Amino acid sequence: MSVPFYVAPEQLVRDKAEFAKKGIARGRSIVAIEYDAGVLLLAENPSRALHKISEVYDRIAFAGVGKYNEFETLRKAGIRQADVMGYLYSRSDVNAMGLATAFSQTLGQIFSHEQKPFEVEILICEVTEGGSRMFKISYDGTLFDQRDVAGIGGKSEALEEAARSGYSENMSLEAALALGVEAFLAAEGRPSEGWEAAVLEHGNGRRTFRRLDPSEI
Amino acid sequence: MTADWTLPLGAPQPGSSFGDLLTSLGLAPRWEIPKEVVGTISVPEGTTVLALRYVDGVVMAGDRQATEGHLVAHRYIQKVFEADHSSAVAIAGTAGLAIEMVKLFQVELEHYEKIEGRRLSLEGKANFLARLVRSQLPLAFQGLVVVPLFAGFDDSVGRGRLFTFDVVGGRYEEREYGSTGSGSRLARSYLRNTYRAEMTRSEAVAGAIGALIAAAEEDTATGGPDLRRDILPTVFTIDAEGIGEVPDAELRSAVELALEAAL
Repeated sequence: MSVPFYVAPEQLVRDKAEFAKKGIARGRSIVAIEYDAGVLLLAENPSRALHKISEVYDRIAFAGVGKYNEFETLRKAGIRQADVMGYLYSRSDVNAMGLATAFSQTLGQIFSHEQKPFEVEILICEVTEGGSRMFKISYDGTLFDQRDVAGIGGKSEALEEAARSGYSENMSLEAALALGVEAFLAAEGRPSEGWEAAVLEHGNGRRTFRRLDPSEI
Repeated sequence: MTADWTLPLGAPQPGSSFGDLLTSLGLAPRWEIPKEVVGTISVPEGTTVLALRYVDGVVMAGDRQATEGHLVAHRYIQKVFEADHSSAVAIAGTAGLAIEMVKLFQVELEHYEKIEGRRLSLEGKANFLARLVRSQLPLAFQGLVVVPLFAGFDDSVGRGRLFTFDVVGGRYEEREYGSTGSGSRLARSYLRNTYRAEMTRSEAVAGAIGALIAAAEEDTATGGPDLRRDILPTVFTIDAEGIGEVPDAELRSAVELALEAAL
């Protein structure tokens, strides 16, 4: 039987974090911006078939960057969790906070227990009567509570900064879209290769999620 | 399952079914019924529901009464439900089990749509509902029978379709109209005389209400419309635009006309 080499825990965590960050930096980013009727999620996505943004529950949306199969696994798990909770209790008992905590726990556990961490960043948005909520969950399970705008992905910081500088309360959807497109241009320094956009919008009925048509962008 | 608050990462097979997810989590209902049952339990039962095709789609309607033995258990029960944006499901039989079945069916359709990113076909929905009915078979032998009715607009063929079921999960597509519940025979014989394939939406709504009244006249378990108590039947119409409940004002005037005609 061979004895494994000793690796200091600090070194192990650092290596894993670096590995995950590299993976995420390769992918394209996503920005979420609050507007007068809900939340806009805008992603740079050349593919029409593979979505990065999706509906999770009546008032909750999911966005993921990084490795597709990994955030897709998380997306489906989130939908399962939400649907089971809503079925067992009531639809109003499913909220973004609970889901974000579950994502955070799951990613934290994968980061510390698995050989390879997930190379993903997750964004959970929710619209409520009292305003919107946005939670960012990083590859190691760290949970951030965001207000007004949120960005995930390799260029998330530059993207968020650019979006925040042009942000004002009660923007229209058109203004929020224009701001998002501008923020991408500022952060990436090049035109986008394709858009994917969706909104969580009050007035859509029970299910507030709606994908935007490419012509709307 | 939520004790440690991590997500259900492992998928059940085939992965997009909510019912199978519940089973894999140990949350699906399980029936352990003793072989020798002494007597049967008494529970509220839903009575008459029906659906008929018209030019642009399908109408589905149901009375509002649940009966327990010879007594009225509930006067305002809902037996016709929106299944999703383009289909409706109605139930007859043991009310408690049937309403739970509808809830599971609704979640299943939405769950599939979210996981897969596209909607189930109408045929797929009907087949899944048949499976739900079949899973209740052990209970049916105890007298706890659930028989649904399913209708929707099929985009792939551009017309309304409706399906009836039997206790063992048999699924039958009807070309004109279908009905289930204690007053179903009476409703069907009313429709046999009045049904025309080229009916408009309002004619079909009137036909559905007429059939419910005809059933209530002869079947004591079926509750007719009661304007004094403000009890109106539940009526949905489904066409290419989607599903919609017939508004109260329209329903009330249709009921008044039908009651007059029934005298």
